[in-house]
Amino acid sequence: MNTLLTSAVALLIATTTAQAGGHGCAAGKTLTDGTLTIATGNPAYYPWVMNDAPESKEGFEAAVAYAVANEMGFDDDAVTWVRTSFDEAIQPGAKNFDVNMQQYSITPEREMMVDFSLPYYTSAMAVLTTGKVISAGAEPTLESLRGLLWGAAATTTAVPMLAEIAPNRDPMLYNDNTDVTAAIAANQIDAALFDLPTALFLSAVMVEDGALLGQFPADRSEAPDQFGMLMEEGNPLRDCVNAAITSLTDSGALAEIEATWLQSATGVPVIE
Amino acid sequence: MTRRAAHQAQARRKALRIGAGSTIAVFAAVVVFVPMAPGWPAVQRSFFNAEVLQRTFPGLLDAFVLDVMIFAWSAPAIAILGLLVAIARDLRSPAFFPIRLLATVYTDVFRGLPVILVIYLIGFGIPGLGLPRPWNSPYIWGSLALVLVYSAYVAEVIRSGIDSIHRSQRAAALSLGLGHGDTMRFVILPQALRNVLPANMNLVVALQKDVALLSFVGPVEIFRQAGVYKSLYANFTPYVGAALIFLIITIPATRYADYLLQKQRQRQG
Repeated sequence: MNTLLTSAVALLIATTTAQAGGHGCAAGKTLTDGTLTIATGNPAYYPWVMNDAPESKEGFEAAVAYAVANEMGFDDDAVTWVRTSFDEAIQPGAKNFDVNMQQYSITPEREMMVDFSLPYYTSAMAVLTTGKVISAGAEPTLESLRGLLWGAAATTTAVPMLAEIAPNRDPMLYNDNTDVTAAIAANQIDAALFDLPTALFLSAVMVEDGALLGQFPADRSEAPDQFGMLMEEGNPLRDCVNAAITSLTDSGALAEIEATWLQSATGVPVIE
Repeated sequence: MTRRAAHQAQARRKALRIGAGSTIAVFAAVVVFVPMAPGWPAVQRSFFNAEVLQRTFPGLLDAFVLDVMIFAWSAPAIAILGLLVAIARDLRSPAFFPIRLLATVYTDVFRGLPVILVIYLIGFGIPGLGLPRPWNSPYIWGSLALVLVYSAYVAEVIRSGIDSIHRSQRAAALSLGLGHGDTMRFVILPQALRNVLPANMNLVVALQKDVALLSFVGPVEIFRQAGVYKSLYANFTPYVGAALIFLIITIPATRYADYLLQKQRQRQG
């Protein structure tokens, strides 16, 4: 009897281990067998990750991460989080993550060095400014935008987009969102370009008298800003991640997560 | 040829052989063994990517003009302020005690702070007080931060030069009827500045690189431009390009500093 029980328990353990480690597609393709290691920023920003705590599953990217992991067959417990900077994510050599999620825009140039999953979010770009600048006569037209003094975070795809706007004066570039808001507060720049959810957050919480002047629509024809999960080039896991994202998109689960965590921005005027 | 000369010639040849041999060995190790490392192709693609370098180099050169400009207006200001502070610290009259105290506190504080911290504090902090444009420009306040930090270093170097002039010279000048100001101007400073020229050249070289720190408060100079390219191409090669451009400027300056140092050593025998 005792032996029977022991072997039954052993069998049970063996089965669960097999289950945890062997979900079809992803089996043997992750850094640690049976767990999916996901990287986020340090710190991770609202509304992508709430309170800098991705384990809480709160925030858009945290929620998407767990949805994708579940779809790939990983339990919530089988998800491990690590933190990386942008540079750590693209450096050559062994990576400490399976996938990296921190609003990476997919571009053909980056695609040559690293791999991206299918997009999990398509972002509009928005113009963050202050009420003072708007009352001084700034309007959501290209003409008016060119006259402003611009800023942006240097590692974002806002920089090439600013080049397209072609402002009259050279834009200022900063290390991160916090520095950009500091420059707005110091009146050193009039406006800054961010993805829409970040701009909404910054204007509501970080910038005194913050306002959104307008948005460039997400589905603009040339070079829409699409966020993908970043992976080491040639990572065999990519097909599994893509399959999970496709099925989440088709089932509408992704749209649901978006509706939960990202504010709708219907009130922001569109810049033609 | 005497036996001694023959021996010396042989010793020289031997030294040359060993020097050439070890140089070749080191280069061979770098050129042959580094590419044999398993990660080399990936490192080469990320850091030494010819295509990326070709596409970004012109933009980097353009951005470097801004570094040169920041250097051009900061360096004279640093020289002047550094000299004034050094003189202030050397004022002997008791009436000047507050000035001496101020100069001492100033050098202690700014030599003790990381440059980048001062640039952040002054570059964002002072304009945040509500200055109107263009007086809140990051160019002005970022440069001022650089000037403040570097002047503190330069002041200390000049002060050490002033201290290196023997006291008897001061006494001699005073006995000739020169006042304190004239003694400083015609006797002490000309010698002191000459003595510390090599040390100040080192600071010049350091300043050439530190102008890049201004990018933290907004200006898009070469380091920031390289960072932008890095982010666009997910590739570190633009940093290597920026490093090359910096070296083209800094290596001659470093050599010149060494040359000055050597000349000074010869002069002092």
